This record gives sequence, C-alpha cells and structure tokens, in this order.
Amino acid sequence: MSKRRPYVRSMDGWWRKNPYFVEYMIHEGTALFVAAYAGILLTGLLRLAQGEAAWNAWLSALQNPWYICFHLLALAALTYHTYTWFKIMPRTMPPVIVGGQRLSAWAITGSGLAVATAACFGLLAVVWGMAR
Amino acid sequence: MKQERKRSNAPIFWALFGAGGMLSALFGPMLVFITGLAVPLGLLLPADTMSYPHMLAFARNWLGKGFIFAIIALFLWHAAHRIFHSLHDIGIHAGTGAKLICYGLAMLGTVLAAYALLAIGF
Repeated sequence: MSKRRPYVRSMDGWWRKNPYFVEYMIHEGTALFVAAYAGILLTGLLRLAQGEAAWNAWLSALQNPWYICFHLLALAALTYHTYTWFKIMPRTMPPVIVGGQRLSAWAITGSGLAVATAACFGLLAVVWGMAR
Repeated sequence: MKQERKRSNAPIFWALFGAGGMLSALFGPMLVFITGLAVPLGLLLPADTMSYPHMLAFARNWLGKGFIFAIIALFLWHAAHRIFHSLHDIGIHAGTGAKLICYGLAMLGTVLAAYALLAIGF
C-alpha cells in the first residue's frame, strides 16, 4: 500500500518576497536584542550581588570589542523598536476621541516618539545628576 | 447544568508584553547607550558612573531596586512573547513545549533578578 503524499506548498522565505513583511520580520527581530540586552543586565545584577570583584570583572568585560559591537547593534535595534512601537500604536490601542473627532494616527505616533525622546534624555540627565 | 467557562491566560502574557514593549520603547535606546557604550568607552558620563559603590547604593534604594527589576523582568517577558509568536512566521509550529521554553526563561530571569535584588539587601 502506498502512502498518500499530498502536495504542501513550501513557505520558505515567504516574507522575503514582500517589503511589508521584511519590515515586519525586522521589527519582530528586535526582540532578540531586547532579550540579549536583558540577559547582559541580569548577569551584571547577579555579579553585583556577588561582590565588588565580580562586579568589576563584569564591568571591564563590557569594554571587549565584541560587547561594544553588540551594543552598537542593540542601540540601532532598540531605536528601531521605539520607532515601530509608536508607529503601530494607532492600531494597537483603542481609538481615542478628542472633541468628537478620532485622534489621527500621526498625532498618536508623533506624541509617542516625543515622549520617548523626553524619557531618554530625562534618563540621561538623571544618571548624569546621580553620578556627578 | 452550569459550566465554568475556561478563561484564556493570553491577556496576562499580552499585558506583560505590552508593558515591556512600552518600557523598552521609552528607555531602551538610552539604557543601551549608557550601560553598553558611554560607560565602557568613557564617553560623556563621569568615569565612576557605574562604580561598585554607586551601583550598590542604587540597587539598595527601593526606587532603584524597582527600576532594575522592572527593566530586566519586563524586557524578558516582552522578548519571550514576541519570539514565541514569531516562531510560526519562520516555519516552526510552536506548541506547548516552545511556550514553556519562552515564558519559562522569562520566568527564570524574573526569579533570578528578584533573588539578586534581595541578596543585595536594603
């Protein structure tokens, strides 16, 4: 008896055929950098709990060119994540009605990006103020 | 006969994903710049910004503790959820096993972060 072998269309590389899905895969891919960065921070936190020598070893490891390279890529990935997070926000949050009119997608994305910029520079100012 | 309706657990994971996504969208780029580039390369910030006494004092402060915990735990839950749902897109038919690995790793990271923050003391 022969087995049925139905034809299954290959889905390999489906997203590469359409720029919209290429962008989608890139913005979903930023999660890999978020996870890796959280892992680096978690390692640092565990080293901090282990004492001064362990902490200093972790801190000097960050000067390794591979880590610098990773953080450059992570900076690009997280900046792109910020951009796409607020770009798709008009579709991920419930409609906002202001004065009987639906708030435009542009207003939501624009204010989100403005708040993120303020949050970033606010964070830098706080860190600078605490370290001084 | 009254039947108890089974409630989905998806909103919990979605809420953690959303919270982590928002937190990383707001602070992620600057955090990476500070901890991964500015401090190791000695740019912009004072050389002892992340020195042991500074970071220990920060991690012992309740506000600092909360910030560190939220950043690490929510970043992990955000990434775990996104990676889990992307598995289908790259042709992996993700089931319970993949779910356990993705969310389980986020859970492990959360527990480790809580443990370290408690071990550091107040």
